[in-house]
Amino acid sequence: MFDFIVGKYNYWIHIILMMIGFYAMMSKRNLIKKIIGMNIFQTAIIIFFISIAAKRGATLPILEHAHDGGEHAIEAISYINPLPHVLMLTAIVVMVATLGVALAVVILVYRKYDTLEEAEILKKIK
Amino acid sequence: MIDQAPILVVIFPLIFAVVTPLLGWWKKDLCYPWVILALSLSSVCSIITLKEVLGNGVIHYHLGGWEPPWGIEYVIDHLNSFILVLVASISLLVAISSKRLVEEENPDKVVYFYTLFLLQVTGFLGIVATGDLFNLYVFLEIASLAGYALIAVGEEHAPFATFRYLVMGTIGACFYLLGVGYLYMATGSLNMADVAQILPDIYSSKVVMVAFIFLLVGVAIKMALFPLHAWLPDAYTYAPSATSALVAPLMTKVSVYVMIRIIYTVFKPYYSIEILPVNLILGWLAVIAILYGVIMALRQVDIKRMFCYILIAEIGYMVGGVGLANRLGVTGAILHIMNDALMITGLFLVAGAVVYKLGGHNINQLRDAFKKMPFSMAAFAVVGLSLIGVPPTCGFFSKWYLILGAIEAENWIFIVALLLSSAINAILFFKIVEIAYYGKASHAHNGDSHGGNTIDEAPVSILIPLGVVALAIILAGIFSGKIVSGILQFAVPPNL
Repeated sequence: MFDFIVGKYNYWIHIILMMIGFYAMMSKRNLIKKIIGMNIFQTAIIIFFISIAAKRGATLPILEHAHDGGEHAIEAISYINPLPHVLMLTAIVVMVATLGVALAVVILVYRKYDTLEEAEILKKIK
Repeated sequence: MIDQAPILVVIFPLIFAVVTPLLGWWKKDLCYPWVILALSLSSVCSIITLKEVLGNGVIHYHLGGWEPPWGIEYVIDHLNSFILVLVASISLLVAISSKRLVEEENPDKVVYFYTLFLLQVTGFLGIVATGDLFNLYVFLEIASLAGYALIAVGEEHAPFATFRYLVMGTIGACFYLLGVGYLYMATGSLNMADVAQILPDIYSSKVVMVAFIFLLVGVAIKMALFPLHAWLPDAYTYAPSATSALVAPLMTKVSVYVMIRIIYTVFKPYYSIEILPVNLILGWLAVIAILYGVIMALRQVDIKRMFCYILIAEIGYMVGGVGLANRLGVTGAILHIMNDALMITGLFLVAGAVVYKLGGHNINQLRDAFKKMPFSMAAFAVVGLSLIGVPPTCGFFSKWYLILGAIEAENWIFIVALLLSSAINAILFFKIVEIAYYGKASHAHNGDSHGGNTIDEAPVSILIPLGVVALAIILAGIFSGKIVSGILQFAVPPNL
């Protein structure tokens, strides 16, 4: 049981962060708070990907002198997995772009209704 | 040139999109022909690809020459070459129709509109062409982000509707990404074919099960399947006419395609039938989506909103066909992807013409529309007949396959839903025709019938695509036997 909680702490952090973000997106009434929730949600997924790349006692996946002495075999076990890192670079770009679009949309909403509270906006739409 | 066609389909709109703002900065009027050129080239490449696939079988295109499990691979088989042609040609038609609509609705944003338009088409084509799970996520987000921006410049309440869509869409995309992450954890690969090969040994794993559910829920949000549809009617109703004609038919269809890929290519069909009864759940959701969609459509007085609910019902048809999990049902679903893309494009182009000429999308504005806009309304009549499912039009044939599939699967409730929705579609159609032809149901105090009976047709740039769509609906119906025997029978997953 102890192992289940402490041994897999990276997954717990990921799940808790994700749920915080999800909660903010669903139940916060302010649009900016929803956007912050959205960001936490996306960050949680990025942390998840990064954490599955880690290995105990491994180092950065940079090969020294690879171009001249490329003959010797590479021990994959001594390097952390670079692929999730690369994937998350793309995901971070997507996340920033989403944030940008979301903020632009919020500016449009504010210009139209003069408020960012969902309840007041809904009242003005009716 | 020919062997580069699969990548050129996607690259053309992308490169042209990058150049569009520069070109627009120099001369604004050049944007429109530039977009038409980009999409024509892309359409030609997609047709070349389809011919190549029909002649020589599946194409594997390795990006940058990297071998598949490490590099990104585009896999073009019968299913996605068919959908590539569909997406490229429909976006070309919508681009042609967009000229006057954009000038009317967003005169100072023409350049950016076309840039985003091309980016969105890039996203759609990329989703369809790719054989890599993570690459699909990137294209999904390109398409969605361009879509948010395009919708947000619409009518009065568009920004708030867009915000809701954005939040929901981001949850969907994140779920998809999370599903990809779990699959990567379990298999160590992102290539669909490679994953499909590794997975069967670990089907009992809970990680794989959760991944499958996350992938499906993510895609279901993007396609607005019934309980997750709430963002769709507002977003597509308030969007500019040209945007809704592009997004409404394609985003949902592309998502259905991704669902078919996940259930039948990445996972083996027996996984969703025996191990996790997803097909059963999809079948029920489809029935509810169909009934909910048509009943809500009946209540609407806004034609664009009505079309949105019809779209929700149509998604039910396709998901239901996928959920039947037999050859006939999936054939019907894939055929309906084409037919529905044509019909929804037709509907939203008519809505665009109506907004352009009659100034709004309330149903009462359609009064005497048959006299004012005979050609647009004739096209609308063809689309309407196809929605009901009258034989020479294509809507009949996909429904026929779906019903045959449902009989084979003994899913009687799905047949009832299909028939009932056809009946309600007929009521909807005649409700609009009654107003548009006889001019009834309008409030008498609105006595402004100035020149109401002279022909005041929508511009040619809208009429031509509309005519092509109407013609395509009839031709797709007449040649549906050929389409099924020539393309679709190879597109259906082989081991069903």
